[in-house]
Amino acid sequence: MKVVVNISLKDGVLDPQGRAVERSLGALGFQEASNVRIGKQITLDIDAEDAARAHQRAARMCEQILANTVIEDYEITVEDES
Amino acid sequence: MRATIVIFPGSNCDRDMMVAVERITNRRPQMVWHKETSIDATDIIIVPGGFSFGDYLRCGALAARSPIMESVLDHASRGGAILGVCNGFQILLETGLLPGTLVKNKGLKFVCRQTNLKVEETISSPFTDGLEAGSHLAIPVAHNEGNYFADEDTLQSLKDNGQIALTYDAGTAFGPANPNGSSGNIAGILSSNGRIMGMMPHPERAADPTLGESDGLTFLTNALQGVASA
Repeated sequence: MKVVVNISLKDGVLDPQGRAVERSLGALGFQEASNVRIGKQITLDIDAEDAARAHQRAARMCEQILANTVIEDYEITVEDES
Repeated sequence: MRATIVIFPGSNCDRDMMVAVERITNRRPQMVWHKETSIDATDIIIVPGGFSFGDYLRCGALAARSPIMESVLDHASRGGAILGVCNGFQILLETGLLPGTLVKNKGLKFVCRQTNLKVEETISSPFTDGLEAGSHLAIPVAHNEGNYFADEDTLQSLKDNGQIALTYDAGTAFGPANPNGSSGNIAGILSSNGRIMGMMPHPERAADPTLGESDGLTFLTNALQGVASA
């Protein structure tokens, strides 16, 4: 099953990278852009009997290694094959 | 005094640390590869700096889940002493042995320079007991993710419990006191029992008087003597 994990910085965690990109956007004339936050996306296949199980396994992966829950939130999407 | 240094693919301060420790203890530390699953009896485990696993995913994240870390956790659970330097500090945070995390430097740049460290008043710990609170150590940093971050409650409890060991202080000619935006100017912290320390500055890079710097040697000598006498 195809699973997409989106990892983002928690609110309140400083994102200097996002800030630098925001400044560059401003310099290019995109003054309407604000609150730029940079995260990451991890895609993987999980061998599981159903979407609920795949989701559950992905959540455990996030808790154990994929995300650092001190500063990051994660969001899991299971893209059902059917 | 038996010291052990663990090595991961991408560690690059293991040899300097070995030389510094051997200079102090007159005994070569046990060097252990990350795929090993046991560590011979040891008084201290040192997790050295570098770029373990290329800093993939997050600094220290993959190293923290290496087979050898089970033995490191066992050692910690028995109250064993552990020192993590730079990437080693990041690894200890990823294992949960120390609280908080290290995020990208505020200035977004890799910072490699001297810092002026202030020794803080701490709980009893082999790493700080022999150092005078308020005294200073000139030890360099070299990192891209050295900006210590923890939530307010964690920061407050670190402070209240005397777990902040080293802070960046003014008095260096190489730039602002705080090189990376670290909360509370934190450069190094202790576990709640004082037996585990993580620090961003590299004492092993200031451990050879012929190169002009020896405060790192002072720090390591004190730490190793503290561990040996405990």
